[in-house]
Amino acid sequence: MTSAALETPHQTKPAKQRVILCEGNEAAALGVALARPDMVAVYPITPQSSLVEHLAKQIADGRMDADIVDAEGEHSVLSVLQGAALAGGRTYTATCGPGLAFMFEPYFRTAGMRLPIVMSIVTRDGLAPGSVWGGHQDAMTVREVGWVQVYCETVQEVLDTTIMAFKIAEHHDVMLPVNVCLDGNYLSYGTSRVELPDQVEVDAFMGVKDVNWHAALDPLRPMTVDPTTGGPGGKGPSLFVRYRKGQCRGMQNSLRVISEVHEEWAQRFGRSFAPLVEEYRLDGADYAIMTLGSMTGAAKDAIDEACDAGKRVGLIKLKTFSPFPVEALLKSLDKIQALGVVDRSVGFRWNCGPMYQETMGALYRLQRHIPSMSFIGGLSGADITVGHFYRVIEATEKLLTGPAPIEPVWLNERD
Amino acid sequence: MTRHTSYPLFDLAKANVPDDLCPVATEFSSMLPGDWRSMRPVVDRDKCVKCAVCWLYCPVQCVEEHPAWFDFDLKTCKGCGICANECPQRAITMLAEAI
Repeated sequence: MTSAALETPHQTKPAKQRVILCEGNEAAALGVALARPDMVAVYPITPQSSLVEHLAKQIADGRMDADIVDAEGEHSVLSVLQGAALAGGRTYTATCGPGLAFMFEPYFRTAGMRLPIVMSIVTRDGLAPGSVWGGHQDAMTVREVGWVQVYCETVQEVLDTTIMAFKIAEHHDVMLPVNVCLDGNYLSYGTSRVELPDQVEVDAFMGVKDVNWHAALDPLRPMTVDPTTGGPGGKGPSLFVRYRKGQCRGMQNSLRVISEVHEEWAQRFGRSFAPLVEEYRLDGADYAIMTLGSMTGAAKDAIDEACDAGKRVGLIKLKTFSPFPVEALLKSLDKIQALGVVDRSVGFRWNCGPMYQETMGALYRLQRHIPSMSFIGGLSGADITVGHFYRVIEATEKLLTGPAPIEPVWLNERD
Repeated sequence: MTRHTSYPLFDLAKANVPDDLCPVATEFSSMLPGDWRSMRPVVDRDKCVKCAVCWLYCPVQCVEEHPAWFDFDLKTCKGCGICANECPQRAITMLAEAI
């Protein structure tokens, strides 16, 4: 749980919640079970495999009433779920890295068909060099495909966000698939104390399921789903634009819905997470560092140390990465004079981190120049420690008085 | 009434589905393979012995039986030429459609 959460008024509400010890992959599986999906389709891949095992165990033990399809590959996994969602089922899967790459064709189509499928990405770095370890490269690579993508910081947040993801995806103003990203290694296998919400409470939170009201495989409602649309003439161009614009509208709507669902979650379960952008000790800060995912824990410790040492530094953490929460982020960026952005992946085109690149886009709307720089760390399972963040803080502080380097800083270069 | 329209069609407007959500079609297109055919099969009625090999091979089942020969429903024939290739009597010729 974040420090920000401790300051919220919702914390006072008592809720009957069992406390357990589990890893992030098990937390995701427990969250899925509580959300009562009708079908899960899976194919195991490191570091997601234990998530699939936990899902299978939930079903084998009779704690989850869902069909599980052990498909022959990730392409089939998502295709199976598309059919299940069109038939009215609540659906879930999880993958990462090469599995996500193999899934790409139905992955693109899922968002266009507005199917509210929830998929965890247990983030893994890209190949090559050969790697089975964590990194955000896989999720970052598909950030432009129209899925809502949220990144978790803690194991508890994984569990809570997995349940919330279904509600966000199935909201009638959104109707988009959602990726819950949890850092491979650090969250997938990180074992910690978790409060398990009560099933009755979760049922009340989720409400009535209605996922194929817009497009269905249903003999009573005959229709062709996703017929060939577009082309150079006739109704084609305007039809295609209409659906693409609708998709963009759904993405923008999701920013509001993500906030609303997090608010409702806090009211009901007493745990509050910043839905879009979290500020940590930002008020009064001259400059800030920006993080994503599980690295934020170490970053907050470094910020605490730096603030205790008299530095005027704060932290901005993104939870929602797609759609990029520009308005919410600008409110935070408007408070500072310099920014250092830490990415756990590489933006090959811009020679910087992808989150840094996206933040540059947001900064353009600020109408004020903020010197900034990109840090890349934690690739392929490398640790980003408090010591690394201290280097980030010191380098960012220098931006207040000196020039901003064009080259990114590679945090694990000498580890 | 055709077989297809005997089902009630899904009414997107009545179901309150926004028209920019998911591309679905509830009106059937009248476009048949014959609309885009580039070659058409022509039967030499003197050579046809009604062996029905063309009927067996036709992928869209557009072969029609006549008293003394077989012919093709040109609304659904897509002009693939399999019949002409398989005909043991060489009774079928593929002719280019006028452009």
